[in-house]
Amino acid sequence: MAEYLVLIYEDEHAIEQADPEAWATMMAGHTAFAEAHGSAMRGGNALQPSATATSIRSDGAGGFTITDGAFAETKEALGGYYLLEAADLDEAISLAKAIPAAFGGVEVRPVRPLG
Amino acid sequence: MDPSVEAQVAEAHRREWAYVLAATVRVTGDIDLAEECVQEAYARALTTWPHRGVPERPGAWLTTVARRRGIDLVRRRATHDRVLPELAGAGSQEPVGTDDSGEIADDRLRLIFTCCHPALAPEAQVALTLRLVCGLTTSEVARMFLVSETTMAARITRAKKKIAAARIPYRVPGPAELPGRIDAVLTVVHLVFTTGYTAPTGSELLRSDLVERSVHLARMLRSLLPRDPDVAGLLALVLLTDARRPTRMAADGTLTLLSDQDRSRWDPDEIAEGLGLVREALSHRPPGRFALMAAIAAVHAEAPSWSATDWTELVGLYDVLVAIWPSPVVALNRAVAVGLARGPSDGLAALEALADEPQLASYAYLPSARADFLRRLGRDEEAHAAYGEALALTDNAVEAAFLAARRTETAVRLEHQRTTRT
Repeated sequence: MAEYLVLIYEDEHAIEQADPEAWATMMAGHTAFAEAHGSAMRGGNALQPSATATSIRSDGAGGFTITDGAFAETKEALGGYYLLEAADLDEAISLAKAIPAAFGGVEVRPVRPLG
Repeated sequence: MDPSVEAQVAEAHRREWAYVLAATVRVTGDIDLAEECVQEAYARALTTWPHRGVPERPGAWLTTVARRRGIDLVRRRATHDRVLPELAGAGSQEPVGTDDSGEIADDRLRLIFTCCHPALAPEAQVALTLRLVCGLTTSEVARMFLVSETTMAARITRAKKKIAAARIPYRVPGPAELPGRIDAVLTVVHLVFTTGYTAPTGSELLRSDLVERSVHLARMLRSLLPRDPDVAGLLALVLLTDARRPTRMAADGTLTLLSDQDRSRWDPDEIAEGLGLVREALSHRPPGRFALMAAIAAVHAEAPSWSATDWTELVGLYDVLVAIWPSPVVALNRAVAVGLARGPSDGLAALEALADEPQLASYAYLPSARADFLRRLGRDEEAHAAYGEALALTDNAVEAAFLAARRTETAVRLEHQRTTRT
């Protein structure tokens, strides 16, 4: 057996505009997916919108550049992930700085609390 | 209504807003809700103070009213709605952060550090600081930055959403992070100041409202972090630069260069206070970037005239500044000082070294400084072209008028040379 990370890409604007009914349909779909394929599932989360993201890059000399927003560089591709628990964004950023990402950087995106 | 009471409410708004809001956020754990409560408290002051009298400590009165309303609303929300995600750190009973002297810092610092958090976009940091720390309305902030109210409202809403969703903490950073975070706060205040002092766009050269807000913010930081040399440096810088404000614009609204300003009209109180702060900021080694910029402003403030300015001292200060803050804009200012210390051809050579800086490609001061040195070297044709370049790059109407006048001067001289030659 092997493990696969499946990434969900959707139009954030459309999700924001979705009415409660469309929202309920979406949630029911995820519940159905979990029920049908729970044995294959290792984890999963909804994320807060990309506007809540923070990008962190090392300057190679011990310093870091912190910027508002998602990682938008086109030459860099998603290469891995860590799911971390932290008290607040400052703690998450300080953990993120310890992740080696010499060929790019990391994006910290809050997980959306559900239910 | 008694106009004096109204004025006292306005004064309490200007002086106490940040204090009242910062204390209220601690009980609501939600910035929007706290703002609502604080606005209500000020509205209540307008109706209560005229017949009950202005309280001895208006800030404490407003805080009590706003916090009581906040507790009430939080309780009601907790029973009716699902509980809101609380602002990280807001409700914690941990001791409030202390500065390096061990003094207890007040809640306003938490508010300032939250607004100037590096995970927020720089323009959002500035907007939030003016909105939440200075208590300006969204439309006032929009007008200051010449954007529509809708644009500014969206910027502020997005930033507030990020604070809540990403859990940007409402806290004074720990000692390890503090210097970098203070620098971010000072950068925001400095940006408010420079935006006001040289309005990048529009028909006015100066936007006094922004300048005054930045001086107010710098003073607030100084009172909250009295031993921080960079805070002293920033306050010195804004005071020493602001001292020249009355002479920066001629009566007809045109720009008056530092070389032509009437120095007897510079504000002596601001200069005296600024010079004291510069000495304090420079006594810490190594000096920070704001302390050095303030030292540069101090050299100008102390010079009896443009021609009697110590340009060699200025080049020395710029050399140190460039070393710790290698910004192309600082290098440009250094090049201008080099030209004035050692002559226009040296200045021109220093400017030429910056010709390929991408960050200066759309910066009008580079061609305008080149034009000035070329003019003084008698290279009028090149000067004329350089004034044209600078003109194409400035969006400020007053600066454009100045550059156009200089360009016309060189055109007239060229024409004169041509006619005398034939």
